[in-house]
Amino acid sequence: MVATVAGAPGRTAARQKAPAKAAARASTLGGIRGRSKVSRFAAFLLGTIWLVFVLAPVYYMVLISFRSPAQYLTANAWLPTGGLTLSSYSAVFDSSGIGTYFRNSAELAVGTILVVVVLSLAAGYRIVRRASRFSAVSFRVILFGIAIPIQAIVIPLYFMTNKMHIYDTMYGLVLVLAASLIPVAVLLMVNYLRLIPRQLYDAMAVDGAGSWTTFTHLVIPMGRPVMAVIGIYSGLGAWNNFLLPLILTQSNSNMVLPLGMYRFASSNQYALNVPVVMATVVLSVLPLLVLYIGLRRQFVKGIGGFALR
Amino acid sequence: MVATPAVLHRSPVVGSRSAKTAARRRGFFADVVGLSPTLALYGAFIVVPTAFAVFLSFTHWNVDGPIRWAGFANWREFFSDPVSYHSLLVTLELAGLSWLAQTPVAMALGIFIAGTQRYRAIYATLYLLPLLMSTAGLSLMWEDVLFPQYGGLAWLGRHVHMAFLSQTWLGSPNLALYTIVVIIAWQFVPFHTLIFQAGRRAIASELYDAASVDGANVRQSFWHVTLPQLRYSIVTSSTLVLVGSLTYFDIIYILTQGGPGDSTRVLAMDMYNIGFNQTEFGYASAIATVLGAIGIVLAILLVRLSGFGSMEGTQEGIW
Repeated sequence: MVATVAGAPGRTAARQKAPAKAAARASTLGGIRGRSKVSRFAAFLLGTIWLVFVLAPVYYMVLISFRSPAQYLTANAWLPTGGLTLSSYSAVFDSSGIGTYFRNSAELAVGTILVVVVLSLAAGYRIVRRASRFSAVSFRVILFGIAIPIQAIVIPLYFMTNKMHIYDTMYGLVLVLAASLIPVAVLLMVNYLRLIPRQLYDAMAVDGAGSWTTFTHLVIPMGRPVMAVIGIYSGLGAWNNFLLPLILTQSNSNMVLPLGMYRFASSNQYALNVPVVMATVVLSVLPLLVLYIGLRRQFVKGIGGFALR
Repeated sequence: MVATPAVLHRSPVVGSRSAKTAARRRGFFADVVGLSPTLALYGAFIVVPTAFAVFLSFTHWNVDGPIRWAGFANWREFFSDPVSYHSLLVTLELAGLSWLAQTPVAMALGIFIAGTQRYRAIYATLYLLPLLMSTAGLSLMWEDVLFPQYGGLAWLGRHVHMAFLSQTWLGSPNLALYTIVVIIAWQFVPFHTLIFQAGRRAIASELYDAASVDGANVRQSFWHVTLPQLRYSIVTSSTLVLVGSLTYFDIIYILTQGGPGDSTRVLAMDMYNIGFNQTEFGYASAIATVLGAIGIVLAILLVRLSGFGSMEGTQEGIW
């Protein structure tokens, strides 16, 4: 019941709690008494069937991406027999468009991440401080945006971006995408920043720090983990989005990867060159796969968004 | 009412009343500075378009001409038009089938990967693969797996004596919707699995101990402990499945464009065609408003049913 001054003692207590919690979890999940071998095997079977269902099309795609058009028509579709080649990948790199699509998607992702992380950090900080009614009301208004499906507002967005002369520009796309991602980002941010102990803010105030210094010296350093999660959430949203680029861009020089892959696959030139299409898709997932392997925990939280408490 | 030392410590700026108001004014000023960029972006690109969509649904507009007031004409048309009635039915069918395909599977898999065995953690890592792929990418992948002549399934049909696998999965009016449901499940079940995994892990072990003391077997402890304890996960996941599939667009646009015939033409597809191809933006906006209303109503139900609004702390609810 004693209010501790700094965060350190509280943190030690939390650390002591952790092993007890892990032990409790192990006893819940590992050792349910009376759980039969039959039900364990049933679980294994179900889990494995789903795993095969998840991996089979991906495996097929990767295999086909290493075929030449001729091999695609004749070779075994599921086993790597009958010759593999890198020709589809070199065809992708040689084609003029794909490089532009990659660059545009990377720009879009970086721009969106920056806007969403910076804005949600500033907004989240003010909301958790609860300094005025303004922040409380703003929070409710922003959260309402989670309920609005983006499909419902694409027609007005099309006209407004035209009128604002940001139609068919990358920064116009960044702004709209960021706006569509910001409600969930603010919710994630607020739920995380709430956990910063009040005593730390007070210690800052005792030292004479104003709002800005508190923001740069306390909130930003403490908020790094959630910034990573929100960065992944918004980066994935930008890299993979199809609808907004479809509505808000037009010219080939502003084409992003998902849209470009679709146009590429439905063009006459490649309609029957399935291996090249598959190679493009493989290349589009590769950067995310590398990041996923490195940052699994943050990815799970970023993907789960607000649905995971 | 007694000011304890702890409270005094927590508010070091306590002083004269004028100092307090000054602090409050500084807080308000900081709130405005910190929140305005977010509010401006959100207001400009979410709030204004939402209001604009509702407004347009009461007008006739084909881009070139002026916006003409239409009263309830678009709405009367929407509710009497057999075409949009059919789209509404397809949309509801897609949502219902998606719920059936996704929620039970996601629950089973979520409970499965909440377990502590090592291989389950590896499975869980691999399950998330579809969530890394763009909808465009996974649609193209599935299109080629399902390709009638040379695709992976057709190959198995020819070479492994499973002729039933050689179907025009996306080209037959009887199959296309079911095929789409399966692809959407492939894409989104992993997401819902995460919800159920978290829900299962949050169940206190004492409940299972108590059940086993009472002599409950595995099935009984599922029905009487796991299922009731997962109710919030079930509500959250179900709502998100329904909102997601009622407004679904991307996979359908890429793979079938609503066809063959009108067998996969959902409301969102209808809205896109009527708006961007036939340039009847008033009528398209009426459909858009229906989509938006569906999203908002289901979200409010979610908050009411799941206690989402009171998440983490009771001071600030969502609504």
